[in-house]
Amino acid sequence: MSEPKNGVPLLEVRHVSKYFGSVIALRDISMQVHAGEVTCVLGDNGAGKSTLIKILSGVHTHDEGEFLIDGKEVHFGGPRDARAAGISVVFQDLATVPLMSIWRNFFLGSEPTIGVGPARVLDSGFAKRVMREEMGKMGIDVRDPNQVVGTLSGGERQAVAIARAVYFGAKVLILDEPTSALGVRQSGIVLKYVVQARERGLGVIFITHNPHHAFPVGDRFVLLNRGRLMGSYAKNETSLDELTKMMAGGEELERLSMELEKLAADPGLKQVARELREEAG
Amino acid sequence: MSVASTQPRPSPAPQQAGAGRDERLAGISVVTRLLQRPELGALIGALAVYLLFATVDATPGHLFTSIAGMQNWTDAASTYGIMAVAVALLMIGGEFDLSAGVMTGTSGLLLGMLITRQQVNVWVGIVIVLIFAGIIGAANGLLVVRTKLPSFIITLATFFVLRGVDVGVTRLLTNTVRFDISDQSPGFASAQSIFGSTFLAPYNFQDAVLWWIAITVIATLVLTQTTFGNWIFAVGGDANAARAVGVPVGRTKVILFMYTAMSAAVVGIMVALRFKGIQSGQGVGLEFFYIIAAVVGGCLLTGGYGSAIGASLGALIIGFAQIGIIFANWDSNWYYTFLGVILFVAVGVNTVVRRRAASARR
Repeated sequence: MSEPKNGVPLLEVRHVSKYFGSVIALRDISMQVHAGEVTCVLGDNGAGKSTLIKILSGVHTHDEGEFLIDGKEVHFGGPRDARAAGISVVFQDLATVPLMSIWRNFFLGSEPTIGVGPARVLDSGFAKRVMREEMGKMGIDVRDPNQVVGTLSGGERQAVAIARAVYFGAKVLILDEPTSALGVRQSGIVLKYVVQARERGLGVIFITHNPHHAFPVGDRFVLLNRGRLMGSYAKNETSLDELTKMMAGGEELERLSMELEKLAADPGLKQVARELREEAG
Repeated sequence: MSVASTQPRPSPAPQQAGAGRDERLAGISVVTRLLQRPELGALIGALAVYLLFATVDATPGHLFTSIAGMQNWTDAASTYGIMAVAVALLMIGGEFDLSAGVMTGTSGLLLGMLITRQQVNVWVGIVIVLIFAGIIGAANGLLVVRTKLPSFIITLATFFVLRGVDVGVTRLLTNTVRFDISDQSPGFASAQSIFGSTFLAPYNFQDAVLWWIAITVIATLVLTQTTFGNWIFAVGGDANAARAVGVPVGRTKVILFMYTAMSAAVVGIMVALRFKGIQSGQGVGLEFFYIIAAVVGGCLLTGGYGSAIGASLGALIIGFAQIGIIFANWDSNWYYTFLGVILFVAVGVNTVVRRRAASARR
């Protein structure tokens, strides 16, 4: 897995840049996404992660560079084009409607119907069956398709969104900070679904600022900092420690911990400072 | 869960740590499942209110529980019901329409003006009124969708604009506060037989009751069985999530506003034809009764949850109260207090239900 795969990547960007007026949001970013691999995009707030997602999902168009799907250059006119090309984004907050049942959520926006004209009604039997099968493939046994999504755990809700994206033909799955609002256990569950999507042959792009979540599941790691590519590594070329250090910007962190220590009158802050220094190594 | 599930289990999914059903969800009984229905509270409430007024009925021969009494309370409830269903769907879609009450007056007055001033055939007038209402509804909806302002404010403005226009135009044209419609107008008889007549002699139930029942059935089917119904729940439940999966959020909301305004037009037409005329103040203040009926029927003010049947039951409770208080020989002003208390209770119950339905385990 760690060796760069032969063959054409599912999705590739080469030297892509994006400007908003005079602001350089992204400069010279290159990355590849292969089928059956998890590509982690790591970066702190403001690193350009969301701009990159928006380019990949068709919300923004890039100003420079190339964007290739299956080796062919593409220019998306909008999110619909991206979805048609098999790129699906699961947004952390926008995954599901809490008060609606699992099967209604699963088919929301692409409802299966039977009958014609004014007698065209939802094919709820089909919807429930497919939803169960697809959730089963993710390792979730849904016994009651009418259960509302709001009663599911945060991790399970992400799973509904992921299963939906896969069912509707996603080849590249972009997960936008899927673990950032979750507790430790729920994060673990989501990471399991990330691996499951990979095993099913999808190219997964996993956006996060947490190297502890990225490292166990990632096959390659793309680090962004202030809109630039800070590094791109296969799994065997790096380690969790290294990733953490690069993410935090080692020197910056050390300086920050010193400043904190000076300010720290109360023991709580001292503790934070100590941890920061440890992270900085 | 296993209690309610009749379908065969799919082939056993690979059981991995944390993947199975949470054990805390295992014991949901049929009773709990029923309690999660949005209309159940309204059904129990309607039965309770019916029993209350059947008990305190002071009329000779206990009119409230007789068929004649039923004619009375269905008459009172029917126009509330037609509107409550529309307002409920709009509320499930996450929006309000405070102009829904005054819109019944505006529509009836427009019909009166067209018949008496322009001498149009009543049926032509009805079509024009419905188109007009569709335009007003679309204007409400587009303003809400485009400005992203709360529909409460937008439709409050519409309410006041229409309220002024209703009285102003009526006085300007008639020098009175009322349009009188002659039953000799072309098309009046046939139109009245559809919109403002009675059936089941000698009890003479109002036509509006049939409209109310039909609209409730159709709205329920649309809400629960169609793609559009799915979208209504989605745009009210989480508009951004709905948009992210390709639901046309704006269009769904505009259609709901149009439906509400056109329902108001139907009610305005009914009033104008039944009473052969219409007052310029018709409908003002009724919007709150529609909202009460919808909320009592289990709709959440925040959207995304509710039912058309529930809203109809809410309207029925209003009908019970309106007639029951008269039959009980109470001062009719207690009617408002009574509805206020009912609303309090309903909102309390709804809040508990929603917390149960929407609370997330993290």
